[in-house]
Amino acid sequence: MSALEISNLNVWFGDGPDRVDAVKGASFAVAQGESFGLVGESGSGKSTILRAMTGLAPTWSGDITVEGTSLTGAKRDKGFFRTVQMVFQDPYASLHPRHTVDQVLSETLQLHGINDIDTRVETLLEDVGLGRRFRFRYPHQLSGGQRQRVAIARALAGEPDILLLDEPTSALDVSVQAEILNLLTDLRAEHGLTYLMVSHDLAVIAHMCDRLAVMRHGEIIEIMDAATLRAGQPAHEYSQDLLGASTAP
Amino acid sequence: MSLLGVENLWVKFPTRQGVFDAVRGVSFSLGQERLGIVGESGSGKSMTGRAILRLIRNPGIVEADHINLEGKNLLDMSERAMRDVRGKQISMVMQDPKFSLNPVTTVGAQIIEAYRQHNRVSKAEAHKKALEMLEAVSIRDPERVMRAYPHEVSGGMGQRIMIAMMLIPDPKILIADEPTSALDVSVQRQVLNIMDGLVKERGMGLIFISHDLNLVSEFCDRVLIMYSGRIVEVCDADKLHEAKHPYTRGLLDSLPRLDQEETHLSVLNRDPAWSDTESVRG
Repeated sequence: MSALEISNLNVWFGDGPDRVDAVKGASFAVAQGESFGLVGESGSGKSTILRAMTGLAPTWSGDITVEGTSLTGAKRDKGFFRTVQMVFQDPYASLHPRHTVDQVLSETLQLHGINDIDTRVETLLEDVGLGRRFRFRYPHQLSGGQRQRVAIARALAGEPDILLLDEPTSALDVSVQAEILNLLTDLRAEHGLTYLMVSHDLAVIAHMCDRLAVMRHGEIIEIMDAATLRAGQPAHEYSQDLLGASTAP
Repeated sequence: MSLLGVENLWVKFPTRQGVFDAVRGVSFSLGQERLGIVGESGSGKSMTGRAILRLIRNPGIVEADHINLEGKNLLDMSERAMRDVRGKQISMVMQDPKFSLNPVTTVGAQIIEAYRQHNRVSKAEAHKKALEMLEAVSIRDPERVMRAYPHEVSGGMGQRIMIAMMLIPDPKILIADEPTSALDVSVQRQVLNIMDGLVKERGMGLIFISHDLNLVSEFCDRVLIMYSGRIVEVCDADKLHEAKHPYTRGLLDSLPRLDQEETHLSVLNRDPAWSDTESVRG
C-alpha cells in the first residue's frame, strides 16, 4: 500500500476571471518508507500540493489518499495530524517568538494527547541533536539551524509516519544545510519515515530522494528516479534545461 | 591600476555586552576585475560592502586606515560629497528587488530619477536613456515596463530593473550584494550574464557578495573567503575547488553533489583558531 497517493489533483485560488490554477491534474504515489521529491521554479505549484494535503489550500479537487484514507475539503482530523506533519521553509517565521522551546514542544505533545510530556520533550530534543540545555531557550537565542531542529522536533512530536518538507534548508547556510540534511536522513532510517520533499535545488533532491517529479506551470511534466537525474538523462526538455542551469557554467 | 583600496577596515557595533566587531581589519584592493566575497551569514561580507559606501547606520562605527577610491579617501569626505560618490562612482545592487524598489512610483520614474540625480539633462533625454538601459538588460517591452509599478513585474525582471538603475549613472565600481539569491536558477544565469556583459563592456570593477561558492567560482576572477569578520583565504576563482584553508574546504565539501552519491554529507567542524588568525590581504 502506498503511504500517499495523489491522483488528478487540481488546486486553484480565487474564482471567475481572477481564478488561478496553481496545480493542474497532478498524480503520483509515494510508497511506505520512500522519499519523494518535488522540484520546479517558484510558482510551479510544488508547495501548493503540500498545502492542499494539509488543508491550508481549501479549494481543490481530485483524490488525496493518506495510508488508505481519502481526504475531503479542508478539515483534517486528529488522526491525520498524527500521521502527517509538515516542516516549513523559514524557521524564523514558523516558531512563536515568545514561546520557549519547551512550550512549543509541550503544547504540541498535549494536542496529540500524549502523557509523560516531560520525558518526551527531552527525547525529542535528543533526537534532533539539541540536548536538554536548549529546552528553556527562546527562538531568538537559537541560530537558524537550531531553530530548524526545533521545528523538526515539533513535527516529530506526534510520532508521524509521513513528513512533508517544504524547502527545509533553503534559508540556511550550506554548512548548516549539510547538518540538517544528515539529521533528516538519520531520522528517516531510525523512525521508518516517509518523506515528501519540496525544493528548487536539484542536488539536494538527488541527495535526499529516491524518486522525484518535475513541475512546471502547475503540471507534473516528468517523474523519474534520482539515478536518472544524476546520470543527466531526464526525458523532458524542460528537466534538461533545469539540470543544465544548476550544474553547467 | 587599482580602482579601490581598502586598508585595515573595521566595522563595530556597540552592544550591552560590549563592542561587537562585525568586520575585523580587512584589507584588499580592487582593479578592473570581478572580485567575489563569500562566507556564511554573519561572516561580515555584506558589512564590508556597505562600509565601503559608508552605509552603516548609527550606532555602527566604520574605521579604516583608508578606503581609497582612485586616490581619494572616502572616510575624509563630507556626507554631501559622499552623496555624489554613491551611484555616480560606486553603486550597489541589493538582494531583493521587492524591498529595494519604491513600491508607489513607476519603474520609469525611478530610473529617470537615478539618472537625473547625477546628470543635468532634460526629462525627455533621461526617458530615452532609461529606455536604452532597460533594453541593455534584455527587457523586451521597455515602454510598458517604464509605466509599470514594481509589484507588476516578476522577481527576475525586478532585479534587472535594479541593475539598469544602478548602471545608468555609469559608475566605476558596482557592489552586488547577493544579487540573485531571491531568483530561480534559470533566471539567475540570465541576470548574471547580463551583469557580466555590462561590467566587461564598461571596464568596471565588480564586488560580488554571495554565499554560493559554485556561482562565485564560475562568475568571478578572484575570491575572498571571509570567516568571522576576517579574510581567511584569497584565491583565483577558477581554482576555488583547490582551496586549501580548512574552512573553505569544509564549505565546499558540505555541498550535496549531483555526480556523487553518498548517504551522509560531510559537516564543517569549526576550529576556534580560524577566527584568531590574522586577516589575509586580498
